[in-house]
Amino acid sequence: MRDDDYTPSGATLTGLGLALGGLAFGAFLARRHKGGSDDAPIYTRKSPPGDHAVVGRTVTIRKPRAELYEYWRDFSNLPAFMENVEAIKEQGDTRTWVIKAPGGNTVDVVTEVTQDRTNELIAWASTDESDITTSGRVEFTDAPGERGTRVSLIMAYDPPGGAAGRAIAKMFMREPEVQARHDLKRFKALMETGEITTSARRKDQTREAKQQENG
Amino acid sequence: MRALTWHGTHDVRVETVDDPEIINPRDAIIKITSTAICGSDLHLYDGVIPGVVPGDVLGHEFMGEVVETGKDSTLKKGQRVVIPFTISCGGCFHCKIQQYSACENSNPAEKQDMSATLYGHPMAGLFGYSHLTGGYSGGQAEYVRVPYSDVGPIVIPDHLEDDKVLFLSDILPTGWMGAENAEIQPDDTVAVWGCGPVGLFAVQSAIVMGASKVIAIDHYPNRLALAKQMGAETIDFRKTNVREALMEMSGGIGVDAVIDAVGMEAHGFAVDNMLDIAKQKIGIGADRAKALKQAILAVRPGGRVSVPGVYGGATDKFPLGALMEKGLQVRSGQTHVQRYTKDLLEKIDDGTLDTTFMISHRLPLEDAARGYKCFHDEQNEWTKVVLKPDMETT
Repeated sequence: MRDDDYTPSGATLTGLGLALGGLAFGAFLARRHKGGSDDAPIYTRKSPPGDHAVVGRTVTIRKPRAELYEYWRDFSNLPAFMENVEAIKEQGDTRTWVIKAPGGNTVDVVTEVTQDRTNELIAWASTDESDITTSGRVEFTDAPGERGTRVSLIMAYDPPGGAAGRAIAKMFMREPEVQARHDLKRFKALMETGEITTSARRKDQTREAKQQENG
Repeated sequence: MRALTWHGTHDVRVETVDDPEIINPRDAIIKITSTAICGSDLHLYDGVIPGVVPGDVLGHEFMGEVVETGKDSTLKKGQRVVIPFTISCGGCFHCKIQQYSACENSNPAEKQDMSATLYGHPMAGLFGYSHLTGGYSGGQAEYVRVPYSDVGPIVIPDHLEDDKVLFLSDILPTGWMGAENAEIQPDDTVAVWGCGPVGLFAVQSAIVMGASKVIAIDHYPNRLALAKQMGAETIDFRKTNVREALMEMSGGIGVDAVIDAVGMEAHGFAVDNMLDIAKQKIGIGADRAKALKQAILAVRPGGRVSVPGVYGGATDKFPLGALMEKGLQVRSGQTHVQRYTKDLLEKIDDGTLDTTFMISHRLPLEDAARGYKCFHDEQNEWTKVVLKPDMETT
């Protein structure tokens, strides 16, 4: 059979169908690869873009935006619910975060506020004098109806380079995602209930007491 | 203080442990006067609930006297209180919409990950029920620390004795919510699987809610007799083909609503159930859901399925087709105890509900380990065990 006088037969139609199907599937893959519309936060991506590792988490807190913003804006409040932060000291425009490290040691991280919009967001980043490159932001938005405020904590940090970097990163934040999640949930408990929930039977069994011993 | 502690499968002991103390402003310390062993404690006893650590104090059905209060507790020293087994903060979204057992704050942040991984969301805090639910010390003890004591505890008037009100802590509201979730209508026939305490309270609740007929299913003669005493018709599943009997007893339509008050350790000799038992034993964690599977096949199309029975994992061969094709509604969950305590206390006080009929044994706390063994091994005679820390050991 010559190519120019072929008549559509069942077989060729099937072949065409397969080819078209293949094209459509290829096009679908291409579209998919480029990415369809996606409104989800960037830190929920399966492969996040960029050089920094980004972790984030949102909670809804039944309190007005202003109250939550105000509490967070006073950085000296943060160690109350941030488990690995021993203290935050204010010196002029910068703040030194004293981070707990294994063996009762601490690591200092100097940060400055890079953005501050009243009742909306606070962002901070480490300065050049810090050993660790990190930045964080907390965003406050109204939840629907009477549900209060959505609070998102997003942190970026440079993946550790070399053995020393890894060691420092490990000291700074062993599991940043777990840490951020727990800290944010403790913040929620503190704001909604006035206290940080513990299941301990005695004071010396609470996490806080244990950390004081270690520190 | 003395307390009942868990050490492994079928190994619980009464030991001396540290007394609890006030930690947070909303805490209270309760001196326990009565505490019960729950059917769901037997799941811990059998080692089928993950996250229990040797030394954990068990017990989630308890009441007592307020002996110490934090500065923000609304309780007063000397008050008699019953404590809901679910811990609720009162301030989060779920507490505000009265879904207390889904409280977002009562399970400490650092304990939430395991249940969040298992179920997609963390569980709330529960007393004495594994570290999945917070790892709180339970009430089978002389004293207990009660967090958020301004939300959960209900104050009991002096004229009501412990035995009448103790079950407000769990099994009475659990049976009641089990019946409420069955959305009972006046002409309904309702079937209840399991005549343990929760099943018996579900039977009683369904009758109070106006069901025209309640059918209770079990195999222990004594438990079936108690269900009959509460006004149910009964089926002994070892003697009778349950599904056929339920069709006949509901006029060929099928029962309108079914209540599974059995949960993850259902008895049964069918091959699939034996396989599930074997899997549970070697730790690959399939729940034995014999009762629930049977209930889903027995309920009429468009009927309601209520599951107060406790499940912890996954199950095989779930009749998903029957669920969809018959258009069933399923409701379940840990009990939102605080939603019901006030109303049920009134129903106990005015005699609408009888709460003492199922208590078969009262023991000193010191004998708690024997209580577990007998409640587990001799289910016909040991229908409900109440422990009293002040009772003399014989």
